[in-house]
Amino acid sequence: MATTDLAVHGSTGQFAGSRIVNDFSLQVATVNGSGSQSANTVLLRTIFQMGVPVSGKNLFPSNIAGLPTWYTIRANKNGYIARKKEVDFLIAMNPETAIEDVKVLAAGAAVLYDEPLKLNAVRTDLTFYPVPFDKITATVCPEAKLRKLVKNMVYVGVAAHLLGLDMTEVEKAIRRQFGKKQKAADLNVNAVKAGYDYAVATIEKMDPYWISRMDENRGKIIIDGNSAAALGCMFAGVTVVTWYPITPSSSLVESLIDYMKKYRIGADGKATFAIVQAEDELAAVGMVIGAAWAGARSMTATSGPGISLMSEFTGLGYYAEVPAVIWDIQRVGPSTGLPTRTAQGDLLSTAFLSHGDTKHVLLFPASPEECFTMAQDAFNLAELAQTPVFVLSDLDLGMNNWMADQFQYPTTPIKRGKVLSKEDRDRLGGFARYKDVDGDGIGYRTIPGNSHPASAYFTRGSGHNEKGQYSERPDDYRNNMDRLNRKFEYLRTLVPKPQLVVNGTSEVGVIAYGTSHYATGESRDQLRKEHRVELDYLRVRAYPFSAEVHEFIAKHDRVYIIDQNRDAQMFQLLKLDLAAEQTEKLRSVRNYDGLPIDARSITSEIASQEGK
Amino acid sequence: MGTIPSSTGTPKTNNIGLTVVEYKGGKTTLCAGCGHNAISERIIDAMFEMGVDPTRVAKLSGIGCSSKSPAYFMSRSPSFNSVHGRMPSIATGTLLANQGLVAIGVSGDGDTASIGIGQFVHLMRRNIPMIYIIEDNGVYGLTKGQFSATADLGSKLKTGVINDLPPIDTCALAIQLGATFVGRSFSGDKKQLTAMLKAAIAHKGTVMLDVISPCVTFNDHEGSTKSYKFTKDHEEPLHDITFVPSFEEIDVEYAEGETVDVTMHDGSRLRLHKLEEDYDPTNKIEALRRVAQAHEDGEILTGVFYINTKQPTFMELLNMTEEPLATLPEERVRPSREVLAECMERLK
Repeated sequence: MATTDLAVHGSTGQFAGSRIVNDFSLQVATVNGSGSQSANTVLLRTIFQMGVPVSGKNLFPSNIAGLPTWYTIRANKNGYIARKKEVDFLIAMNPETAIEDVKVLAAGAAVLYDEPLKLNAVRTDLTFYPVPFDKITATVCPEAKLRKLVKNMVYVGVAAHLLGLDMTEVEKAIRRQFGKKQKAADLNVNAVKAGYDYAVATIEKMDPYWISRMDENRGKIIIDGNSAAALGCMFAGVTVVTWYPITPSSSLVESLIDYMKKYRIGADGKATFAIVQAEDELAAVGMVIGAAWAGARSMTATSGPGISLMSEFTGLGYYAEVPAVIWDIQRVGPSTGLPTRTAQGDLLSTAFLSHGDTKHVLLFPASPEECFTMAQDAFNLAELAQTPVFVLSDLDLGMNNWMADQFQYPTTPIKRGKVLSKEDRDRLGGFARYKDVDGDGIGYRTIPGNSHPASAYFTRGSGHNEKGQYSERPDDYRNNMDRLNRKFEYLRTLVPKPQLVVNGTSEVGVIAYGTSHYATGESRDQLRKEHRVELDYLRVRAYPFSAEVHEFIAKHDRVYIIDQNRDAQMFQLLKLDLAAEQTEKLRSVRNYDGLPIDARSITSEIASQEGK
Repeated sequence: MGTIPSSTGTPKTNNIGLTVVEYKGGKTTLCAGCGHNAISERIIDAMFEMGVDPTRVAKLSGIGCSSKSPAYFMSRSPSFNSVHGRMPSIATGTLLANQGLVAIGVSGDGDTASIGIGQFVHLMRRNIPMIYIIEDNGVYGLTKGQFSATADLGSKLKTGVINDLPPIDTCALAIQLGATFVGRSFSGDKKQLTAMLKAAIAHKGTVMLDVISPCVTFNDHEGSTKSYKFTKDHEEPLHDITFVPSFEEIDVEYAEGETVDVTMHDGSRLRLHKLEEDYDPTNKIEALRRVAQAHEDGEILTGVFYINTKQPTFMELLNMTEEPLATLPEERVRPSREVLAECMERLK
């Protein structure tokens, strides 16, 4: 190799003496299907094991192999784990995108690259580290066909040296990644060592980015939101699961299948669940509603296009009052949209999914912990209120790896709602399925198989009276619709309350939900430091909105609503719920480029709207 | 048949001690003379005579005249009148939740062969253990008489419009796709339909019965191929059908070679008495050939076309615990604290 390539053109010495420790973002640019995911996970886990707060986001194409993919790791001592807009350290392995990847970097960034790409010719204000990956790989991997995969571990080794990663932690992460596959683990450990040794012997560190051990991750786990949701559903006691494969929700059910096969087979070898891959999303949700009608805790998982197909059935669920749990791992729409990019674009469509006066309960998890707890909330709510409940996760939360606190075992028993047993039915004189006995808008139901001879009722999506009998009478229709509304109002008190993250004395507030939480928190700090703007912060966790949401808005003069969609969907949903004089307080901040929202974008927008 | 004669003056009871009144439904709102009402009556007869506990039955339907009919039989059984063409998924879900239920789905030709063909196809291939009845009149009744996809080529609407597309034969489709009990009958053929329904109740697997059920209002005129007159004139029964429940003795003897006996899962027997030709209902290829032949010959072939008592049902393939999933107690559906700890440990 040409050692002169190491020269940092134009900026030599710029960083001398000023280390940037545990505060940078690293991006690996590779080709989809090249097996870089394992290498990137090893990098992420190593930083995690070194006790430094870290997040990893996979930006991948809707493609099996061949198209470009980027993996971004952000390490931050303050615990900021939102996507950082700027890339500080690039590992450029993809010839297709390398030049563009380098061009967009901010001055001062470091580039570790595959030597033949000759990227050092592109810019003069970056630090370049050319590495002959193929040569190094060949020395540790005699089998030619494995070299494409092993090459990725070589960059892990080089980066380990450059960033100051602890090699024992790297090896631990590799052994963990490959589990019982001892041979594969050895091969990869050797590849990392080769990269590391090469770097030690040849490369002089010229950039300021370092990882240094901290102790922020004690007891924490790393998990993606979809696996967390799967665990939540299993511990919520789900019994019937139906699905139709769709990115980015498939991994939720696939993870659930793995967990259920392991932990929900009885001593007799029989399953206490059924998981069915349906022919489409219409059938998937139809099976969920059929199963829930017959008394099972049932769910499906999908994304936007599937939600569109579930419209008719969820209207039936609302009107005939059948529980259902529907996970929507949101991706970018409209239509097919960007199947592998993230958005919060399904709020309005799910809130009012189906024709007529239909409305639904929505939950907004912001973390793996909440995917776990809200799975339980969703089933309890669906059965208590006898209505479909949507859990609106997104691709960023669902498919990326997140640090999380260990999940707590459920503290409350499973709540099955107002289901009458044969004995209950015996005790009660009469039975009218849709009668509002308790004043909460929720009737009592029986489930098929109840052996009481007068326990059956007729469930229909057509107009009905309290007894479920067909009716077109104006008063029956209106009474029923009003009762459904009472139930929805009652749900405001049942859904997870918002999190009052900061309830200070500022006249300005911000409302975020789901994965915007992290960038919002970081942006608050930026706004305070850079613009002396202090924001109180409320994180909405459910729709219909509980009283606390109204109180928060009432208390502030201006409230910024953070949305990851074009049409300011949370902003619009709030507007529908607020008194006219309150709606004027709302301000909208939106991000809709398919990438997870970052703090800098929020800060710029709010600063500008605040006249700063 | 299937009933125990009781002392004079009191109504007959079946083998679980219920009278036929306890199988009745609400008053029909369909047109007088509608074939669907006759089918409801036959369902009542069959369920009563087989001694099925009505509280163990789930009635499922989509949308249309046919799909309303579950309101007109067996009021003691829970019923779900769902959305157009989607009864199969509702039925599948119901049985996933509680595989002990006797599920009977009532659909129409529009509900099945047009809007619902996708779900129909997948129900058949899963061999979901249920009875799927198509009340087939070749027209959309509730929307006032448009052709459906089972209308025959050349059949004429009241308005004079001629159907110029070939019909979908739901029986041929069901046999090809994996249903394990497939037959066609006629709402006006009381004896045949009752026997077929009783066998259907005894069968474990998907039973698909296409029942020609004339629409007296929109499709019972000269030129219609689904009218009472046309159906009566062109019906060709493959065989005489006798169903002998497990709790009864065979009382009619036929000469050797004249009958095919099929033993059902519960030990009951379906006895098919040959009329004009030898026919083996367990031969899938022959069944498909014979159904196609009937189209060529312009006859409305009725009878049990295909039966397979060996095929496992979808519920068997899922290896579910026998108790209904719907009512499993918390300790069986929520894993222990130790399991969560183990999961967390692996994620550290």
